[in-house]
Amino acid sequence: MLVIKDLHIAIDGKEIIKGINLEVNAGEIHAIMGPNGSGKSTLASALAGREIFEITKGTVTFKGENLLEMSPEDRARKGLFLGFQYPVEIPGVSMVNFMKTAINEQRKFKGLEPLSASDFLKLMREKQELVGLHAKLTNRSVNEGFSGGEKKRNEIFQMAMLSPDLAILDETDSGLDIDALKVVANGVNKLRTKNNATIVITHYQRLLDYIVPDYVHVLYKGKIVKSSGKELALVLEEKGYDWIKDETE
Amino acid sequence: MDSESHTYELKNEFIKLYQQNADFLNSNSGPLMNEFRPKAFDDFVKLGIPTTKNEAYKYTHIEEYLKGNYEVEFSVDPFRINLKEIFKCDIPDLDTYVVLMLNGSYYYDNQMPSLPDGIIVCGLNEASVRYPEIFRMHYGKYADTATDGLIALNTLFAYDGVFIYIPDKMTIEKPLQIINISYSFRNLRITRRNLIVAGSGSSCNIVFCDHTLCAHNYTTNSLTEIFAAQDANIEVTRIQNENSLSSHISHTFFHQEERSSVTSNTISLHGGLIRNNFFARLNGTGCESNHYGLFMGDDNQHIANFTYINHAMPNCTSNQLFKGILDENATGAFNGKIYVSKDAQKTLAYQKNSNLLLSPAARMNSKPHLEIYADDVKCSHGATIGSIDAEAMFYLRSRGITEKEARQLLMYAFAYEIINKINIEVLRDRIIDLVDRRLRGELSRCNNCHIHCQ
Repeated sequence: MLVIKDLHIAIDGKEIIKGINLEVNAGEIHAIMGPNGSGKSTLASALAGREIFEITKGTVTFKGENLLEMSPEDRARKGLFLGFQYPVEIPGVSMVNFMKTAINEQRKFKGLEPLSASDFLKLMREKQELVGLHAKLTNRSVNEGFSGGEKKRNEIFQMAMLSPDLAILDETDSGLDIDALKVVANGVNKLRTKNNATIVITHYQRLLDYIVPDYVHVLYKGKIVKSSGKELALVLEEKGYDWIKDETE
Repeated sequence: MDSESHTYELKNEFIKLYQQNADFLNSNSGPLMNEFRPKAFDDFVKLGIPTTKNEAYKYTHIEEYLKGNYEVEFSVDPFRINLKEIFKCDIPDLDTYVVLMLNGSYYYDNQMPSLPDGIIVCGLNEASVRYPEIFRMHYGKYADTATDGLIALNTLFAYDGVFIYIPDKMTIEKPLQIINISYSFRNLRITRRNLIVAGSGSSCNIVFCDHTLCAHNYTTNSLTEIFAAQDANIEVTRIQNENSLSSHISHTFFHQEERSSVTSNTISLHGGLIRNNFFARLNGTGCESNHYGLFMGDDNQHIANFTYINHAMPNCTSNQLFKGILDENATGAFNGKIYVSKDAQKTLAYQKNSNLLLSPAARMNSKPHLEIYADDVKCSHGATIGSIDAEAMFYLRSRGITEKEARQLLMYAFAYEIINKINIEVLRDRIIDLVDRRLRGELSRCNNCHIHCQ
């Protein structure tokens, strides 16, 4: 589904990602772990099309197409989703209007008619239930006044609404207590099918108790320095990142 | 020729125009209106047209908009066209008492059979003759001709406008909708003078809509004096939608007595020049005075809002929030003043101006001004000028929303704070739609005119 080859990413001329290779297939869950500042969020944002990141070298294909040539909206419409580490508050844009616009733009792209108001509201209710987002969304602006936990649930809610083929969840666990974490993880697990894939970016092993990955990659100083099965996460939990640093340097 | 001498020439033009037409003006207007002309004349001779050297007009080159060849009207209803046939209101679901105004005059065929007893709505000129007691008590009492040459000019050439009187303790449930229409076969200078008197404990909701129905140049100098007696509650909404050739200078004076409440909301959708001057004098304790504005400009439009909130008495609250969205070569200005006199303790006065610039050529000047002589007050002011938030843009686009649609959502979100202050739900919904279309560039100035002159 996603094939990354020798990817280099820079911001303001400074190289952050220094040659990454990664292949993600349908049905798989990949975890990308690593210490702070290793480039995890840069990779996630750049894959979603954030323009401040410059791709200096390498290729990324998504479902056989060149991802790097697409606008952020086209990436989303082709089935890529980014769960933000810091969801943006947008006062004045209601959640309902935001989701309705997003869903219908995506439907338009696929040549489908816009959802009827009643079908849309039904979908909203269903997906809110799925991720345990009980806040009344009708009159609320996007993320405005949401607690930390609500913001993260809201990301998973949007993912549920848009049902992407590939979801990249950037530190979705940060700032969550254990109950909220379970709800978020539960949402991700329920949405999992053999046709979609997930990349979970996290600093801690904790989340991976609930979302069990098929592969774990360690990102350090802009490179994937170790890839293995889920057991790698446990080693990291036990030993921290220092042994990797020692091994690499 | 520098702008000073331009202004001087223009001033002489107006002086000559008045001298040539004074007899006609005076013979067609009520004596109570005419009484004000000699002083207005002297004040105009003294003050002339304000230049950018005048602090209040620093960012607005008024003379640029006022010069040129225009016809001028000096009397009521010069040609009897069937306005109702050519103009269809763009707010059809709004259940209002509609008052049509043609080129500054009260339209001769306004009919409001169901208006509650005691409430008066008529032409200003008619009111000056039929209701001299009310007229004498309020006309020219709040707009001082010695303070601004344009106020003097309005008073000098005033011949009609709308007059509204709400008796004590009366409430009009339905809004009064005053539709100002500019319609002619030539370029036209329009002077419009309104007077609204709200008795004690009364309550009313007034909507002004400014329209041009032709692609001619219109320069309008309109002035509205609004008196809110004690405990009166007035909400004034103004929708400005005129053609790009038009220049509109409006002055609104609110005079508030004890515990009265005023909310003014001005939505500037379109116009070549829009200059709004708002004055409020909080003349009794416990008043509330809210002044909100939303303006959208593109092309070479210039939109300026000026406020002067005078806290003359203690325990009053005033709020000002003006938001602007400027694109292409549009320029805007906000010049806001809060004055707190030494006796006005426990004053709460807030002022904010936020602006969104969509192009590198768009310009905004914002100048807050606080003058406080009391020591136990809470006052604040703030101004921001920025562009569309890149983080928010990316967030929206990452969900599959196109760049264009994401911009639209963010612009609309910016505007919504002001629209949300409008209390009439149907009017608010209609304005939401108008603003949405305006921001999409779909709002044509001709969309509600059946004449199609261009």
